[in-house]
Amino acid sequence: MANLFEILGPTMVGPSSSHTAGACRLGLVTRAILGSTPERACIELHGSFAMTGDGHGTKRAILGGLLGFQPDDTRLRDSLEHVEGEGLVYEFRSVDLGESVHPNTVRIEVERDGETLELAGSSIGGGRIEIFELDGFPVSLTGSLPTLVVLADDVPGTIAEIASMFVERQLNLATVRVDRTGRGERALIMIEVDDRIPSELVEGLRERPWVHWIRRVQKLD
Amino acid sequence: MFRSIEAWFEEAADNGLDLAEAVLAREVKNTGASPEEIRERIGATLRVMEEAVEQGLNDDTPSSTGMTGGRSGRLLRSTGGFFGSEFTGMLARAIATLEVNAHMGLIVAAPTAGAAGVLPAVLLTLRGSRGWSENRVVDGMLVAGGVGAVIAQRASISGAGGGCQAETGSAAAMAAATVAYLEGGSHDQVRQAIGLTLQGMLGLICDPVAGLVEIPCAYRNATAAVHAVAGAEMALAGLDFPIAVDEVIDVMGEVGRGMNVRFRETALGGLAATPSGRRIAREAGMSELVELQKRGTAQGERSARLGPS
Repeated sequence: MANLFEILGPTMVGPSSSHTAGACRLGLVTRAILGSTPERACIELHGSFAMTGDGHGTKRAILGGLLGFQPDDTRLRDSLEHVEGEGLVYEFRSVDLGESVHPNTVRIEVERDGETLELAGSSIGGGRIEIFELDGFPVSLTGSLPTLVVLADDVPGTIAEIASMFVERQLNLATVRVDRTGRGERALIMIEVDDRIPSELVEGLRERPWVHWIRRVQKLD
Repeated sequence: MFRSIEAWFEEAADNGLDLAEAVLAREVKNTGASPEEIRERIGATLRVMEEAVEQGLNDDTPSSTGMTGGRSGRLLRSTGGFFGSEFTGMLARAIATLEVNAHMGLIVAAPTAGAAGVLPAVLLTLRGSRGWSENRVVDGMLVAGGVGAVIAQRASISGAGGGCQAETGSAAAMAAATVAYLEGGSHDQVRQAIGLTLQGMLGLICDPVAGLVEIPCAYRNATAAVHAVAGAEMALAGLDFPIAVDEVIDVMGEVGRGMNVRFRETALGGLAATPSGRRIAREAGMSELVELQKRGTAQGERSARLGPS
């Protein structure tokens, strides 16, 4: 259901809410997960992003997002020039991810301080986005709420323990989703919260022996 | 927001609110923001609209394809207008916003980037001659938002979803309702303004040349603004459209869903797929798109959902 400023907005740098504003937000969410501007980025454009992206400033928008520019930041126009000053080395490729994948899709691999991050996401209209793959794991993230993604052993009590860590900090859980590869194998847990997720909570969880991988995705503005 | 125009108008009447107040109350409830914050944010949105129009009218730089840029200024300076400078100015303001959009300038998608010129062109043109205060224009924009939200829910506001009728058609309906409301029209006149405007936009396809939000978008924003004012004027004169307003919106949704994907923003049909359109796409370096256009409809079906929104 549309809120008022999805109709009277977004206020954005043109020319396309999906190919420019949405592309910028895909860059922004990548940056939000990594924590800051990457040193290196490999960006693969699929479908309409590859086909008409040049004319829509899609590449400039994604790079601008990686630099932290919002969709209404007019620096997006010149982001190719800002990239150099920020020490970001990048590469673009066109790829065909298949017909079942949304035409406005990008796969981004970034690196900073030896840490790498891989994600794939789509611009699904009106500037809204969906990340559907994170470090190879299937997820569903929109950036509309702070989200914690955890790959854990499928053993009893994991969800309760994670939930209690949120409760101790008086953070309200909005949604919880669990997918598992098989019984007793591994479970992918996605938790959306109403408020910012503190980094000490993430670090605390990372030390648990049953946690294999964890990512925090902060909310986009 | 609201599931129908009728539900919105009923809620307003039941609570003794005017149409703008009912939208504001709903937005407060949905987002937790205060009425003042929301009104301020609308004011900021209006200023971005004003700046985009000014910038577009004063910047003669051509876009990267050369299809737009400088056209709105040329129109504004022309002296051959049939209906006086106000009408000419409205057309020019609509085109100006789309020229800024093509230049990667700052605009307000209302409801989309491709239809961003309609509401500002109508509001900024009539504001002066009709004496609407800033506060009243903000009220009017709340009404525009209410109309757009209903259309988004019942039909579509994206070219990929429903063709150009869903983008400039929705924008025109929003603008028409705003004008009828700001001119003191009754609930029924606002209702009629929406129906009378939207009926004239039904069936309009989305066929962006070279896949870019530029042509015919810029000119369609200008003609959609004309539809909006025509619809509002007929409604305020007491003319009525016999099909219920929510039904007209539903028809727009139905027509959009039935539209071949070639006509829904894929740039594989309509003006985009003409020899001229393909030449422009080739010159703009869209070689993959030109290949798809050549292969015709079968490929077009396969490539459903391609294109900007």
